[in-house]
Amino acid sequence: MNDQAYDQELDCKGMNCPLPILKTKKQIDTMGSGEVLKMIATDPGSINDMTSWTKRTGNELLSHSQDGGDYVFFIKKT
Amino acid sequence: MSETKPKRLALIASQGTLDWAYPPFILASTAAAMDMEVGIFFTFYGLTLLQKDLSAKVAPQTNPAMPMKMPFGPQGFQNISWPIPNVIAGNVPGFETMATSLMKKTFANKGVASIEELRDICVEMGVKLIGCQMTMDVFGFTKDQFIDGVDLGGAATFLEFAADSDISLFV
Repeated sequence: MNDQAYDQELDCKGMNCPLPILKTKKQIDTMGSGEVLKMIATDPGSINDMTSWTKRTGNELLSHSQDGGDYVFFIKKT
Repeated sequence: MSETKPKRLALIASQGTLDWAYPPFILASTAAAMDMEVGIFFTFYGLTLLQKDLSAKVAPQTNPAMPMKMPFGPQGFQNISWPIPNVIAGNVPGFETMATSLMKKTFANKGVASIEELRDICVEMGVKLIGCQMTMDVFGFTKDQFIDGVDLGGAATFLEFAADSDISLFV
């Protein structure tokens, strides 16, 4: 259902606050500017948390969607 | 945003039990991940959180609202909050150890990081850890009992850092 292109993928399923944020930060730090990370989480709090995290760090949250119990985020590194 | 001056978070960690160990390390690691400058002043019982050998326990008798849950069995059983009278929580030998291992197991089941894991991330991300020198002297701690990278200081050391902070919290 998502045809968004991405460069790297990060699985944060089963992790609770604040691990998805911490893992995303670590992954984004290894990526180049303009690259896109696909992150999948199951923590319902991650929707608001990822929105806040991208807002604060200046990275771009391209989209987020729900697929069953999974929350899928596409984040573009600035 | 990566403006010229990053936001700064200054925390005081004053409690050393397992439950109270979480807020400072969660907030500090997350703030660091949000590109903030973070410092934690570990004072009184909070100082024990800097020990190499972390032995934080939870004491149910001092937390009257704490739900006691079982981390195993069917979901209906796991959802039960067990009413434990203080006379048991406070007097039965080994109760604290049992409650601690139940809490750790429940947290792990729910995908919550351990204190050690969060603390390692804080160190890795450059969170400034300040150990209270006065507390060390009072409780007889030596610096070699603490993890590497701890700065020692007192109220003035923390306040100098906190004076330029955007968020300051006492935990």
